[in-house]
Amino acid sequence: MSHNILNVSRRGFLQGLVSTGALVLSVRLVPEALWAADTYAGSHADRATLHPSVFVGIDTDGTVYLVAARSEMGTSSRTTVPLILADELDADWKRVKIEQAIGDPRYGDQDTDGSHSVRDGFVTMREAGATARLMLTQAAAQKWGVPVSECESDLHVIVHRPSKRRAGYGELASAAAKLPVPKKEDLQFKPKSAWRYIGKGAKSYDLANLCTGKAGYGMDAHLDGMVYASIEHPPVLGGTVKSYDEKAPLQVRGVKQTIPIKPFTPPHHFQPLGGVAVIADNTWAAFQGRKKLNVSWVNGANAGYNSDPYKKELQETARKPGKVARNIGDVDAVFAKGGKIVEAEYYVPHLAHAPMEPPAALADYRDGKVTVWTCTQSPQAVQETVGEVLGIPKENVTCHVTLLGGGFGRKSKPDYAAEAAVLSKATGRPVKVVWSREDDIKFGYYHAVAAMYMKAALDEKGMPAAWLQRSVFPPIGSTFALNTTYGDGGDLGQGWTDLPFDLPNHRVENGPAENHVRIGWFRSVANIYHGFAAQSFANELAHASGRDSVEYLLQLIGPPRIVDVKASAPDYDNYGGSTTEYPLDTARMRRVVELAAEKAGWGKRTLGKGSGLGIAAHRSFLTYVATVVEVEVDDKGEVKIPSVHTAVDAGVVVNPEATRSQFEGAAVFGTSIVRSGAITAKDGVIEQSNFDDYPVARMNDAPYKTTVHIVDSDAPPAGVGEPGVPPFAPAVCNAIFAATGKRIRELPLSKNSTTA
Amino acid sequence: MQIKVNGVERSFDGDPDLPLLWYLRDVLGLTGTKFGCGMALCGSCTVHQDGKAVRSCVTKVSATAGKEITTIEGISGNGLHVVQQKWIEYNVPQCGYCQPGQIMQAISLLKEKPKPSDEDIEAGMSGNICRCGTYQRIRAAIKAAAGESA
Repeated sequence: MSHNILNVSRRGFLQGLVSTGALVLSVRLVPEALWAADTYAGSHADRATLHPSVFVGIDTDGTVYLVAARSEMGTSSRTTVPLILADELDADWKRVKIEQAIGDPRYGDQDTDGSHSVRDGFVTMREAGATARLMLTQAAAQKWGVPVSECESDLHVIVHRPSKRRAGYGELASAAAKLPVPKKEDLQFKPKSAWRYIGKGAKSYDLANLCTGKAGYGMDAHLDGMVYASIEHPPVLGGTVKSYDEKAPLQVRGVKQTIPIKPFTPPHHFQPLGGVAVIADNTWAAFQGRKKLNVSWVNGANAGYNSDPYKKELQETARKPGKVARNIGDVDAVFAKGGKIVEAEYYVPHLAHAPMEPPAALADYRDGKVTVWTCTQSPQAVQETVGEVLGIPKENVTCHVTLLGGGFGRKSKPDYAAEAAVLSKATGRPVKVVWSREDDIKFGYYHAVAAMYMKAALDEKGMPAAWLQRSVFPPIGSTFALNTTYGDGGDLGQGWTDLPFDLPNHRVENGPAENHVRIGWFRSVANIYHGFAAQSFANELAHASGRDSVEYLLQLIGPPRIVDVKASAPDYDNYGGSTTEYPLDTARMRRVVELAAEKAGWGKRTLGKGSGLGIAAHRSFLTYVATVVEVEVDDKGEVKIPSVHTAVDAGVVVNPEATRSQFEGAAVFGTSIVRSGAITAKDGVIEQSNFDDYPVARMNDAPYKTTVHIVDSDAPPAGVGEPGVPPFAPAVCNAIFAATGKRIRELPLSKNSTTA
Repeated sequence: MQIKVNGVERSFDGDPDLPLLWYLRDVLGLTGTKFGCGMALCGSCTVHQDGKAVRSCVTKVSATAGKEITTIEGISGNGLHVVQQKWIEYNVPQCGYCQPGQIMQAISLLKEKPKPSDEDIEAGMSGNICRCGTYQRIRAAIKAAAGESA
């Protein structure tokens, strides 16, 4: 499909389609109540002749329309999830057209986050594909007057085995559409040996458009008659406008008006921050107009937020007993005995997502209804947020999902879409809100700053007889509920309570922290600071015991076994996955450690002065990852990363090429976290603003070569978008230690001296 | 003033301070050129001015009078430029947002250094940020394109 869904002709086109009337479809897999008669959905898949599921439609010309209900932000989910359906349908991928779903509960959960698109889609897509394939097979059997059991699919055709008669999917679509939808228990799934696409993958459906400038992002949305808006937000969270100059911005050529935006009602959730919008006939004029607003602010309580004292506060809290999230045995009793005790503290700052496409949204408000085009990871959250902010039912909000120029969690929060809707209502015109890079860096939903305290008592063999770990961070829950200061089972289940080490006495704790900025999900979330502390500390203990890092890590993980985390950590949620389907299996953890070490030549390479290898292993989003990083540190302390080997066990991998890309990218994303990323506040105002003071990894900073080793697995599919990130920072820091003897306990590196 | 964009003569009488980026995107509707930072820090807005890469976010339209501007939409003529072909072959993009700028920068680099070394590629491409982290594929695609255009 052309992704140029964004211009007015398309808008007319869609309306035209709806008015010409869709075919009357009797065959649907979801409850009738969910099919809002007046939704704007009207996709080709909906209207296709055979339409056995909301995710697929087959037309008489044989075109297969597959619906991508999740957002595409670079992880390939828009390609990979439909590919699963195409495989089970035995469809010819070349005859597939992918359509992007609008926000609509018929598609179930559309949140593209938490690395769960393939995990969620694996069963649903195969059921939809098998349903359509069975109906086509039944239609062919009926047509030929033969038993269904004698017919089977063969790439877009149904074949009658004995007579070798063949009928194409398009030819069978009308007859198949008249059949009842088969029961789930009658479906037959392809065996693994018959998979055409799963495990082989496909390049991005949008690849050519991405390379020719034709791909449509939220930033590119366009409607005739639209105006552009740029918003001066309160510099301190919760601040309000005291006064501003209404006239001066109008002196800028192209500026039309200024509009104050109502501040949010706490908790901020995804509501607009407030401030003053400048409306203009191009983006740049709106930016210029803002400079003349001269807003005077009332800053409020968060103006007391300063990163340096806050850091000390977090560190103090981390040294005190916290809320116990997991307990095995009695660490205090062991610590009381004395012996060899190792303690360490770690610190990770706030981070900003900084997707290359800053937030942007186009909204068109008419008569109590809004249509939004935006780069969002969650179109249903757009419907809900816009509905709440405007006081209209969410059903009156139609959200078209464009491609996303990166997301990393920022675009799960649709405050910018709500701003566009508010301004469209205020101006009576379609309004495109464009965030500048400065807006993006200064007004993010930041990754939580975190302090960790670790303590272990080592036995005579150097293994921990007791292990205490404590983390303190302002939780994401503070975005949704006031006075939330402790992490929940989800936050703490990210690389903390689920530490897969074989420890006789083990206590996991969490201390309280107040938020003073908006805190949000950031690629791999709490796993970043938890993984950094746990995997750095494991390496410190290996060194304290005079042991090889890999051998020690394997012994910490212990023998192959299933770890029942919940038995000692009642709030553990296993990323929402059942522990039967997705148990914490240390055999899989061991395997990735061994594989990464082997591929990196661990223990077999002679490294020069200033060079070192470091390892870290981390399970997140139900995927097991081990990463070995090679660093070269020169006399000035400059760190280069010549090679990275990452071993991944993500269960069944549908799209290996896209998976490799995700892990290559995670190494670069991890490089940004290690090297330079830090967001800090002074008097409540974020001090960074663009790529000069919030640098992210460039080609010359990035690992030269990342090699991804995918473990062949029949386990249910797990995540690939995020799990590459958590082990990267500790692997780099462990390598720096190996190379220089300098232990990095605070990120980013720029806060440390790495000279040997 | 007159300005030539992708071979088409245009007359411009807007704000002389308007950056080329916004003229291309908001006035001409050529949205393949991307906004990333507004300060020539990220390279997403890279276009060619008389065949050489420039950052359109800090290039005033008024400074391009009489010059020939080429954007991603105009780079390939018929079919795809060899750099675009290699970008596809090496499956470079993830989200793709920075890639028009990367491609325009790479084409300009290859004009200056038809057989770039790793150092040349690093020097030529490190002004272009890719937050998805596709750098090693970009490097591989540039090398492959250099091989083909030789």
